[in-house]
Amino acid sequence: MSMNSVAIRSHESMELIFEQAKKRQRMKSWIKGMLFLLPSIVLFGVFLFYPLLRTIYLSFFLTDASGETTVFVGWQNYMNIFTSPIFLQSMKSTFLFVLYTVPITVFISLFLAIIANEKLKGTGFFRTIFSSSMGISVAAASVFWLYLFNPTMGVLNRILEFFGMDAIGWLTNPDWALLAVSVTTIWMNIGFTFLILLGGLQSIDSYLYESADIDGAGYFYKLRRITIPMLSPTLFFVVTVTIINAFQTFGQIDILTQGGPQNETNLIVYSIYREAFVNYQFGSASAQAVVLFILILLMTALQFKFGERKVHYQ
Amino acid sequence: MGQVELMNISKSYDKQKNVLNEINLSIEEGEFFVLVGPSGSGKSTLLRMIAGLEDITAGTLKISDQVVNHLPPKDRNLSMVFQNYALYPHLTVEQNILFGLRAKKVQKEEQQLRLTETAAMLGLSSLLKRKPKELSGGQRQRVALARSIVSHSPLCLMDEPLSNLDAKLRANMRVEIRRLQKKLGLTMVYVTHDQVEAMTMGDRIMVLNDGKIQQVGKPITLYNEPANVFVASFIGSPKMNMGKANFSSDMKQLVIEHEPHIDIDPATVSKRLKEASITIGIRAEHIFPGTPDNTTHHVEVVNVEHLGNETTIAFEIASDLWTAKWPGQWAINVGDNVPVSITGEYLCFFDTESGDLIRPAMAGKSQEVIAI
Amino acid sequence: MTMSTGKKVVFYVLLILSATILFAPTIMAIVMSFMTNQDILTGSFPKTLTLDNYVNAFERFPLFQYLFNSFVVSIMIMLGQLILCSLAAYAFVFLEFKGRDLLFYVFIATMMVPFEASIIPNFHIIRDLGWIDSYQGLTVPFFAMAFGTFLLRQNFKMIPKELREASQIAGMGDFRFYLTVVLPVAKTSLVTLGVYGFLTSWNMYLWPLLATTNDSVRTVQIGLKQLQTQEQLNEWGVIMAGAVIVIIPTLILLFLGQKRLQRGLAEGALK
Repeated sequence: MSMNSVAIRSHESMELIFEQAKKRQRMKSWIKGMLFLLPSIVLFGVFLFYPLLRTIYLSFFLTDASGETTVFVGWQNYMNIFTSPIFLQSMKSTFLFVLYTVPITVFISLFLAIIANEKLKGTGFFRTIFSSSMGISVAAASVFWLYLFNPTMGVLNRILEFFGMDAIGWLTNPDWALLAVSVTTIWMNIGFTFLILLGGLQSIDSYLYESADIDGAGYFYKLRRITIPMLSPTLFFVVTVTIINAFQTFGQIDILTQGGPQNETNLIVYSIYREAFVNYQFGSASAQAVVLFILILLMTALQFKFGERKVHYQ
Repeated sequence: MGQVELMNISKSYDKQKNVLNEINLSIEEGEFFVLVGPSGSGKSTLLRMIAGLEDITAGTLKISDQVVNHLPPKDRNLSMVFQNYALYPHLTVEQNILFGLRAKKVQKEEQQLRLTETAAMLGLSSLLKRKPKELSGGQRQRVALARSIVSHSPLCLMDEPLSNLDAKLRANMRVEIRRLQKKLGLTMVYVTHDQVEAMTMGDRIMVLNDGKIQQVGKPITLYNEPANVFVASFIGSPKMNMGKANFSSDMKQLVIEHEPHIDIDPATVSKRLKEASITIGIRAEHIFPGTPDNTTHHVEVVNVEHLGNETTIAFEIASDLWTAKWPGQWAINVGDNVPVSITGEYLCFFDTESGDLIRPAMAGKSQEVIAI
Repeated sequence: MTMSTGKKVVFYVLLILSATILFAPTIMAIVMSFMTNQDILTGSFPKTLTLDNYVNAFERFPLFQYLFNSFVVSIMIMLGQLILCSLAAYAFVFLEFKGRDLLFYVFIATMMVPFEASIIPNFHIIRDLGWIDSYQGLTVPFFAMAFGTFLLRQNFKMIPKELREASQIAGMGDFRFYLTVVLPVAKTSLVTLGVYGFLTSWNMYLWPLLATTNDSVRTVQIGLKQLQTQEQLNEWGVIMAGAVIVIIPTLILLFLGQKRLQRGLAEGALK
C-alpha cells in the first residue's frame, strides 16, 4: 500500500520534471530562433517599419528644414497634393510611363528569351549579351542614352538628319521627353527580365515538347499551347516586378531630364525627392510617399492574390 | 534488465488522435529488435522518440535503467542510421565517419584508431578520401553504418536503412548488418516495413499497426502463432490464406462461405471455437498437392508462378484468392482443375469480430521447427 | 535535336540582329571612350584610338577613390546580406518555435514596402546617427532582405532534415551545424545571392546620392553623375571613359555568373 503511494508520488514528480524540461526546451528553442532572426528583425524595424510609420506620421504635419514637425495639418498635405497640378501631372506621367515601359519590356524580353532558348551553338554568347544590361548601372545607361539623345551630336538625330528629317529635342521637347526616358528604361530593364524569363523557359519539362513533336505540332502551335501557358507564372511575376520597378524609377530621370521639360518626366519618386530634399517640404513629400506606398502595396497584393490562383502553375 | 524500456508510451500531435497508444516494451541488451508495420503505423515515430528527435507525449522511456524522456538526443548515448543515410555531401567519407567524434571532441589519436578499425571492418579503407556522391548506393550505406559504429554507442537505431538499395544488395547487407551487430554486441532497434527483413534479421519482432502493438515475439512464433488476423496476413509471403467459416451442424465440417467443406475432428473443437464467429487461416505451404489418398478438394487454377525451386498456384475459394506453394516444378496451366489437400490440423482459427487468434495450427509447428 | 537548316538560319539572323541592336549603345560607349574629341564632334569613325580620355577622367576626378568606395560598399552589403539572410533562412527552415510563422509573414510584408517610400525618415535616421558620409550609412540599411531570405530558404529546404538530426545525435549545436554543414552545402545559392547583392549594390543610385556629401565615401555611380554634370566642354570621350570604368566590374561579374544568377533568381522568385 505505502509502496504504491510512493510509486505514484514519484511518478507524479517525474511528470513534473518532464513538463519543466519541455518548457525549458521550448523556451530555449524560442530564444534560439529569435537569435537567428534578430539581426534581420532589428534592421527591418529600424530601416523599414519605423520609417514607414514615421512617413505616415510626417504626412500629417508641416516640418522645418531639418525634418522636425512644426504644425499638425491633418489631411491638408493630401488635399494639397491632390489639387496641385504638378503632383497630378506627376501621377499622370508615372502611369503613362508604366504603360509605355512595362508591356514593351516584357514583350521584347520574352522574344529574346524564346530565341535564346533554342538549342543552337553559341546561344550562351547571345544570352550573355541579352542579359548584359543588368550589369550596366542606371548612371552609366543614362549617360549612354544622354549622348544618343544629344540634339546635335546624338546618333538618333544624326540618323534623322541622314533621312532628311528635322532634329528632335528628345529630352527637351515635352512631347518626346517621357518617351525618351521610357526607351532608356526599357533598354535597362531588358537584361533582368530576360534572365528571369529564360529561367522560366528552361524549367519547362522537355517531355512536353517531345510528346508534342510526336503529335506533329508545329513551332508556333507549341509556342502558343505549351510555352506561353507553362510560362504564365513567370510572366505574371515579371509583369508585376516590372511595374513595381517602374513606379520606383529615379536615376535615369535625375541624369536625363531632372523632371523636365514642364514636369513631363517628373515621376513620383523624383517628385518626392525634389519636394523633400530640394524644397524641404517633408510633410508634403511624405504624403506623396504614402501614395507611392499604397500604389506598390496594391501591386504586391495583386501579385500575391492572383499570382497563385489565376495563373497556371505546373 | 532491459536496455531500452518503454512504459505506457503515447504520442499525439496537437492533442489529436494518438499516433501511438500506450506502448509497453522492453528491449534486451544485445538484442536485435525489429519494429515492423505498414507505412503510417507509427514505427518510425516510435524510433524517433527513442532517439529523442520527437517529444514523448506521455509515458516513460528508460535507456540503461535511466529515465531519458527529458534528455536531448546527444545525451542518450545512441547512434542512428537514417533511410537516406544523412551523409554530409560536402565532407569526405573520412570526415563523415569522424563527424560525431569531432562534435564530441574525442581525442585525435583515438579518432584515428577508431576510424581505421571501423573502415577496415566495413571495407571502406580505400574510399576514405571520396565524397558521398562518388560512391555507389551500397558504399554509402556502409559509410552510414560506419558512422554509427564508430561512435561506440551501445544502442543503435536504424530507420529503414536498406530500402534504397536494390534487392540483391539488400540481401547482402542484411547478413552484414546482422553479423556486425552480433560481433559488436550492439543493442539494435531496427525499423522496416519489409516483413522479410524483419523475419530474417530480428531476434524478436514487434508488429505495429495503427499505433498499437499487434504482437511481440520471435520470428517463428509470429509466423506460426500470429496473434491476430493482421499479423497473420502481414507476416509471411505469400500471405496467409484466409476466409470466414462456419461449422456444419454436426461439427464435423467447416464451411467456408457456403462452399468448400473442410473435414475437422470434432474432438479438437473447443467450446470457445463453437461460440465465436470464426475466420480461418492457412499457410500456402500447408495446402498440399492432392494424391489419390488425400485429395480433399479440386480447384480451378487462375494463376501459376513458376519460380524454379517451387511453384505457386492461385485459385478461388469463396470470394477470396488463395495461394498454394509447392516445392519443385509442376506442369500446371491456368484453367486446370487440380486436386489439393486442405485439412483441419493446418488451420489457424481467429475470432472474426476481434481478429484475435483463438487457436494456432496444430500440425504446423511440429513439422516446421526441426531441431538439429 | 534536329532542326532544319532554314530554321537555324532564321534563328541565327534573329539572334544576331537583336544582339547588335541591344549591345549597340554599350559598344558605342566603349568605342567613344577611346576616340579623340575631334572625331566625336565630327561624328566620323575613329581615325586614331587613344587612352587620353581615361587619363583625363582619372586626373580630373578621384575615380580611384570612387571605385574603392563602391567596392567597399558593395562587398559590405553583399556580406551583410549573406549573413543576415542565411541566419534568417536557417531559422525558418530548421528551427521550430512559437511565432515563427508570424515572423515569416512579417518578412513577406517587408516586400510590400519600397525603400523609396520610406526614404525621408531613413535619411533623418542616418543623419541623426551621424552616419552621413560613412560606409555604415551606405550599407547597413540594406543588410536585411526578404528576397534573399526566401531564395536561401528555398535552397535550405532541399537539405535533408536527417542531416540536422544526425548532428543532433552526434551532439552538434544549431549554430555549428549552420556554420559547418548548411553554409558549405548551400554554397551555390550563397554565391548566387552574393552576385545579385553585389550587382544591385554597385548600381545603387538614389541612396548614395542622399547619404554622401563629399568624395570621402561617394560611390562611383554618383561620381559618374558629377563627371557628367561638371564636364562643361561636353567632352563626351571623358564621360564615356568614366561610364566604361563604372560598368566593367559588374559586366565581368555578370558574364561569369549569368547562368547561375538566372537559375537562382528563378528559384527565389517562383518558389
